[in-house]
Amino acid sequence: MSEVILEVKDLKKWFPVRRRISQLFKGEKSWVRAVDGVSFSIKKGEIFGLIGESGCGKTTTGKLLMKLLESTAGQIIFQGEDVTNLTPEGISRYKREIQMIFQDPYASMNPRFKIRDVLLEPLIIHKLGAGLEERISMATEVLEEVKMTPPIEFLDRYPHMLSGGQRQRVATARTLILSPTFIVADEPVSMIDLSTRAEVLQMMKEVQQDLNLTYLYITHDLSTARYFTDRIAVMYLGKIVEMGSADQIVDNTLHPYSRALIAAVCEPVTGKVNLIKEVPIKGEIPSAANIPAGCRFHPRCIFAKPECWELEEPGLEEAEPGHLVACRRYQEIV
Amino acid sequence: MGRILEVNNLKLYYYTARGPVRGVDDISFHLNKGETLGVVGESGCGKTTLGTALLNMPSPPGRIVGGEIVLAGSDILQLNEKQIRQQIRWEKISMVFQGAMNCLTPVYTIEKQMLETLQEHREMDEAAAGERIRKYIAYVGLSDDVLRRYPHELSGGMKQRIVIATALFLEPEVVICDEPTTALDVVVQAQIINLLKELKEQLGLSFIFITHDLATEAEVADRILVMYAGKIAEIGTNQQIYGQEGQIHPYTRGLLGATPRLREKVAKLDFIPGTPPNLLHPPAGCRFHLRCPVVMERCSVEEPPLKEIEAEHKIACWRCFDE
Repeated sequence: MSEVILEVKDLKKWFPVRRRISQLFKGEKSWVRAVDGVSFSIKKGEIFGLIGESGCGKTTTGKLLMKLLESTAGQIIFQGEDVTNLTPEGISRYKREIQMIFQDPYASMNPRFKIRDVLLEPLIIHKLGAGLEERISMATEVLEEVKMTPPIEFLDRYPHMLSGGQRQRVATARTLILSPTFIVADEPVSMIDLSTRAEVLQMMKEVQQDLNLTYLYITHDLSTARYFTDRIAVMYLGKIVEMGSADQIVDNTLHPYSRALIAAVCEPVTGKVNLIKEVPIKGEIPSAANIPAGCRFHPRCIFAKPECWELEEPGLEEAEPGHLVACRRYQEIV
Repeated sequence: MGRILEVNNLKLYYYTARGPVRGVDDISFHLNKGETLGVVGESGCGKTTLGTALLNMPSPPGRIVGGEIVLAGSDILQLNEKQIRQQIRWEKISMVFQGAMNCLTPVYTIEKQMLETLQEHREMDEAAAGERIRKYIAYVGLSDDVLRRYPHELSGGMKQRIVIATALFLEPEVVICDEPTTALDVVVQAQIINLLKELKEQLGLSFIFITHDLATEAEVADRILVMYAGKIAEIGTNQQIYGQEGQIHPYTRGLLGATPRLREKVAKLDFIPGTPPNLLHPPAGCRFHLRCPVVMERCSVEEPPLKEIEAEHKIACWRCFDE
């Protein structure tokens, strides 16, 4: 559990945006800074949650790790090896180790593929398994692992014949068939019905323990993250603003942004109907093309003072063991 | 608090090639003036179908095949389409549709699309209409300059506020909100929920709030109606459903157990095994019996009626009657 499997150092992804004519003459460029200097490390066997609002760069970070996008700057170190710049063969080897579960189980599977084809495709691409028979037996094995029993019954079904929860099981099985060590799960349950959401998360947790996997769980939903993850990083506008164990983040929240996120979460508790909920945050999230100077959260922060926008951006500092926060004033605002 | 809306034995079936799908199957409830009634259930349980039925606007191949919708004393199902359009829809009952913020016309400014709806219903000159629109834009917490913008220039939360303003500016008495916060970020979600609470106070509106999320419902709804497979499983006050005392339907308990809570650490979440039944051939007996953890023999044979077990609290479950 102590061995670091993945380390990300100052990872950046800037997307160029169309320039105005005046900029073109001056040779200036504009960028959308989707991921703007993110560093974290994940230990083997850990479930690490990446949390934030839409547009904060959490999915882009996931895609960078999957090498679906090329990073602008920074390093990704996987099992001790720098995988930031890989040869095509290196990427193919890397992608066997690291797999992704996508958000939308309705869109992530070819509707004209049977479950059999969905599961065999990665084996064919990576040239694994000798012959059809062995491949089929690998497919039934992973279906059993995700509790789709009896597997034979599901192999010849089409995705439309399955419920959302079952599809997400198949999506998980599809990633497992390559026996990866690391799985990026991007909002795996946000499109699944509430009643089965817990079932899918529990299945994912069991699989993780069975096979000693490591997950990066990307979500906007703090409630499931509390239940599902070991550690959480809260992202805001392309940067991590707070990172710690799930309990530290929820019970001893330090950053004003994380506080607002937590305050906004509804709970199934009676007696709140006529209360106006106080959400300690101002305005709306600015565009990643135009990131505020100083602390990037200051225009929305209810605690902001001139030092927050006059001085340079605060980095992550350790507030208690294992609990990092990027806020100058966190001690004053407790 | 009088009743503003009363629904009796409403049935809406979808006539598909394989037979009728009972989207809403014999549902009766009422809505008090100035309250929010929450409708919860899994996808496919008929929540949205119920909303469209209340506007007498079933989406094809659906048809309302029976029942009454009594709004302020008269049954709107007796009116013809023209009368409904002139007197009821948007005038008395309006609806914020699921994902409606994505249905704003991209090529019109906000002002133009709002004006179009308003002038379709009211003969107003531009100045009076503009004034009405500005008043409601202010109600939903936006400034006038959004009117000159196009939808792509606005954030999701702002678009949702526009859609809510559009549902309100003909001064309806009942507003149906179908998953109004689902596609929004948590902070924005909380802001929209606050907005709806303020509007309810200020304008004396009655809401029907449809969602799959019991946590949101707990914070907005005075009473909650739990739907399962086109039927009412349970209806009760916020206190009765979430208060953790007294009886609740096993389905409601299952949904509550599956709702993760942020401020409480749980080792294991519960879930409801299986999937909702196919409404083409709903199971005999109680529709929930195949997934119910406390099923009895009687449940698979005889359908439980919706029976009042205490004031304001009705449950359809044999288990709850026995004890």
